[in-house]
Parts: sequence; C-alpha cells; structure tokens
Amino acid sequence: MAVDVETVAISLPRRTAASPWRQALRRFSRQRSAIAGLLIIGTMILVAIFAPLIAPYDPEQVLLGIEDVGKRAPPCVHLLGCDEMQSQHIMGVDGNFRDQFSRVVYGTRVSLFIGFITVAVAMLAGVLLGAVAGYLGGWVEDVIMRILDVQLAFPFLLLAIAIVSVLGPGLMNAMLGIAIVTIPQYARVIRAGILATKEEEYAAAARAIGSSHPRILFRHILPNAISPLIVQGTLGIGIAILDVAALSFLGLGAQPPTPEWGSMLSSERNQVFSAPHLVFFPGMAIMLAVLGFNLLGDGLRDALDPRLKQ
Amino acid sequence: MIKYIIRRLLSAIPVLAGVLLVTFALARMIPGDPCTAMLGEKATPDICARFNREKGLDQPIPVQFGIYALDVLRGDLGESIRFRRPIMQILVERLPVTIELGLTALAIATLIGVPAGLLAAIRRNSAVDVGTMVGANIGVSMPVFWLGLMLAYVFALLLRDTPFALPPSGRLPAGMDATPFFEVYNWNIEPKTRLYRLLEFFANLYIFNAIITFNWELLGATIKHLILPAVALATIPMAIIARMTRSSMLEVLGRDYVRTARAKGLSDHVVILSHAFRNALLPVVTIVGLQLGTVFGGAVLTETIFNLAGVGRILFEAITARDYPIIQGVTLAVAFTYVMVNLLVDLSYALLDPRIRLN
Repeated sequence: MAVDVETVAISLPRRTAASPWRQALRRFSRQRSAIAGLLIIGTMILVAIFAPLIAPYDPEQVLLGIEDVGKRAPPCVHLLGCDEMQSQHIMGVDGNFRDQFSRVVYGTRVSLFIGFITVAVAMLAGVLLGAVAGYLGGWVEDVIMRILDVQLAFPFLLLAIAIVSVLGPGLMNAMLGIAIVTIPQYARVIRAGILATKEEEYAAAARAIGSSHPRILFRHILPNAISPLIVQGTLGIGIAILDVAALSFLGLGAQPPTPEWGSMLSSERNQVFSAPHLVFFPGMAIMLAVLGFNLLGDGLRDALDPRLKQ
Repeated sequence: MIKYIIRRLLSAIPVLAGVLLVTFALARMIPGDPCTAMLGEKATPDICARFNREKGLDQPIPVQFGIYALDVLRGDLGESIRFRRPIMQILVERLPVTIELGLTALAIATLIGVPAGLLAAIRRNSAVDVGTMVGANIGVSMPVFWLGLMLAYVFALLLRDTPFALPPSGRLPAGMDATPFFEVYNWNIEPKTRLYRLLEFFANLYIFNAIITFNWELLGATIKHLILPAVALATIPMAIIARMTRSSMLEVLGRDYVRTARAKGLSDHVVILSHAFRNALLPVVTIVGLQLGTVFGGAVLTETIFNLAGVGRILFEAITARDYPIIQGVTLAVAFTYVMVNLLVDLSYALLDPRIRLN
C-alpha cells in the first residue's frame, strides 16, 4: 500500500501542466532574437575560455624585431589574397606592433569578467538594500529609497565618471563606479517583488509558525521575486560592459597594455583616418557583446514573466 | 492641478539637497587633503593653514556643508585649478555648445524614434516592425564613441569628394566666425557686464544666432558640423524611444475604447492618432525626459571625439588634468538640470492627461 501512495504522489505532477521552468524554456526557445542572443553569448564564453588556443599571438607581445610587421599594418588574410610571404594578421597590427586579433580575443575575457563581476557586486548590494527596505518598511525603507532617488538624479555615466575620478583611474575602480551607479536598479526591482509577495498567505503562514525574519525573507519571499532580477541582471551585464568600455575610452578604466576593448579603441582613436581597422574591430566586439546580453535579457523577460510580454 | 504642481515642486527639494550632499561628499573623498589637491606643490603648511581658514575647511563638516550649500545657492561653484577662473563662468561659456548638441540629438531621436515606433506598432509583425526592432536592439548596444569615430571616418574620409561629405571636428569651418547678433545689430553693450555675458550665452547658440541675424551661410555650416556628433549622440535615445513608443502603442491599441472607436466606423487615421496615440504618449514623454541623462553622459564622449568645446569636453580635460573642482561643478550643474527637466516632464503630464489635471 505504502508503495502505491508514493507512486501516486510522484506521478501526479507529471500529469498536470508542465512546470513553470519548462514553460519558460518553451517560451524562450520560440523567440528567434533570444536564441540569437544566447548564441552570441555562448560563442563569446567559448572564445574567452579557449582564448589561448584561438589567439595566434600573446596579446601583449610586441612583434617588432620578431616578425616583419608594419606599425598599424592593415589586416592581412591569406584566404583573401594577402601575400603568403607576409605573416597573417586578420585584424591587422596595432600601434605597438601587437596582433590586434589576439588582443580582441583576449579582450573577450576582460569584458565578460567586467560584466559578470560588476553586476554581481551591484546586485548583491542592491538586493540587500532593496530586500531590507521592502521587508522592513517604515523609516528604514524611507531612508534607503530616498538615497536611491538621489542617486537616480544623476545621469548614469556622469556619476560614474565623478566617482572614478575621485577613486583614481583603473579597471577595478571603473567597475566599482559602474556597480555603485547601478545599485538602485536592482534594489527597486527586488523591493517591488517583495512588496508584491510580502502579504501573500504563504508569507503570513511562515510568520505564524514562528519563522525568523531572515528565513521568511530568503526562503519564502526572495525566490518569488527572483525572475525580474535575473532579467535585470542579464541586461545589466551588457550595460556594464558598455559603460566600463566608455570609462576606459576616457582613460578612467582599464590601463594599457590590458587588452580591454574600450581602451584599445581609445589609444588608437586619433589614427581612425589612417588605421580605421584598429577602431572598427574592438568597437564591433563591444557592440556584439552588449547586443548579445540585451537580446538574451529581453528573451528571458518574455519567457519568465509572460505578463510583461506585449 | 495647482496642488499637483506644488506637491511635485516640493518633492524636488529633498532630491536637490541630496544631490548637493553627494557632490560635497565627492569633494571630501578626494585622496589627500583639499589644500594639496588645489595648490599642488605650492602647498606648504603655512599656506595650507591660511587656505583652510579662508575656505572654512577648519570648521566642522556640517558647517562646511552649510558653507558649500550657500555658495552654490549664490551661484559660486568654486574655482578651477587649471584655469584659475570661477567654474560658473566656464560653464556659462561652454554650456551653449552642449545645449545645442544635446537638443539637436534629442530632436533627431524623437523625430525618428516616435514615428518608427508608431509605425512598428501599427504594422505589428510586418517587415517594418521587425526591421525597426532589430535596428533598435542594435542601436541600444552601440558604443557612442565607436559610432562617432566610424561616422567621422565614413563621412569625412570615404565620402570626402561627394556631396555627402561632412566635417569631423569643430563647430565651424576654419576662417568662418559667428559674429554675435548684438554686434551685427550694433548694440552698444559694455563688455564684461552681466548683460553682455547673457547675450554672449545666446549668441553662442550658433543656430539661434544665425537665424536671428538671417545669416543662412552660418546656419548651413553650423548644421553641417552638428550632424555627425548629433547623430552619434542620438542613436541610443532613438532606439529606446522607438521601443517605448511601440510597446506603449501596442498596449493602448488593445484597449476596449480603441475597439469601440473602430466599431463606430472611425477611420484608421483618426483611431490611431487621436484615440490611441494621445494616450500612448505619456510613457513616451517620460522616457524622452530621462534620455536627457543619456545625452549628457554621451556628450562627454561625443564632444571629445568631435572636438567640440562644450561642457563634456571640459569634463574630459578636467579628468586628465585632475581638476577636481571642475568635475564637481559640472556634475552638480548637470544633475540640477537633469532634476529640473524631469520635473518639467512631470508637470507636462498635467497638460497631457486630464486625470492628473482635474485631480
């Protein structure tokens, strides 16, 4: 008998509708743009992991004296008719005699690192602030939300510039700057989710059986507010990559010789008329990465939160 | 409606106070003491003691903040380390360039973004819709600085001998000057007075200056120089505005009263423009106001690339020169403007939406 009961208990859910995650997956895979985003990001992650295998040169190696290369030489691809005698540099050679393609490839590592870490830091702080504000309410909420309001009164990039110029230039400070200015987005998302679920019956039930505040918050409320956070985080990675690249372009972020796309572009920007390839490729890489995360984020939103779908 | 306006005005005060507090805190977070940062190598203990007394830096922090707030309210944003000139003066000189660039960019973004989003919503899932949305997705992912450089390369180099050639830097061609309108009309204004500075400010808006002096050659040259930076700056806001217009329109088009209007036999034209679009406009106006922030941030990048002597360019130079007071002053001024514009946007709701007006 006991066996029978167990079988019923296990098989019941299978006969009902597919689980919410499976439904979300189905909705996700129906969108061409979301799949395109996933492909772009997937490829980038692979490129980042296998960078040493893909890149023909060390990204910081100066080839002057090692090979017969011209300063800022245009791309040379053997398949496209470039002289076989010349060494192949499919994205050309930069102003310091380095192979541009290898630098762009290694740049994938730097940019993905920037995107993920920046968002992780911003999200952690945002979730804590938003969760505390939404859950506790009262004056705590007022204080936190007012502070976040003030932050939103500054244009995004400008506040980041001000923060980083005070902290001092450098990749870590640039990431911290962008993380700080993006905290309110996550705090707001999580607070909205918590306000919506706080009064649900399961939360009241948890309170009634004497669960502690952190337990109610982390076990019962947060998991129900998580999908908008995933969406915001995915879009946030794209924003972080774009804005850290902008800070690097202004000289506030990654410093040479780090192969970061924004700073690569910055150091060759005055040569755009004579060596456009040195500006074109790093910029394309930034755009592709940001586009990938944007498409993925939009796709996730439609998949996880059908109410938002138009 | 008066009540709504007053409430909205009052709610801006704590935000503005917070903005002041942030810029004040930023200045205090600069590594090293302010005296060394300001005076550099000249900072001996003696000089620093006097400097601290003069600037009130020997006072407790809350008092220092009070001094700072009063200075700002009087229009005193401090002095630039590099130029040894009041920052307010520098801002007033440079602001017209940024205003002209920013407004042109915002105009381009709105004039293309709104119709594109509208069209995409009306012809949902058509080629126009898909094209617009793909374009918008690429647009929001575009690094402004890269786009600017590429536009300069294409229009100033590749197309240089065609009618599409556009200049890649500066506001006017070499040798061309914008004579201020008050000189064209021979107004006798004492230089260096307040009135003079005010008129100079407006004369520095070249488009305005060219129009009121009927100088079409100047107008043409100004616009030609503005196109590339403005387009680069407009791309991201345009994409965001198009997306917002589309989704807001789609939502409204699904409402019952739109169906009713169609059922009454009104033409598509009337239904879309006077029933749906007007109601879809509110979120669009909000997003246009918020795009001003993107434009301000982007102006730092675009002005640097296109060599325009605006506020963004001066900020870029201040970063390189570690001219902290300028960074602080520009940040404060821009945040103030941003809050004010969004306040105006909120107030414009009252005009657009009778529910707010009558409540």
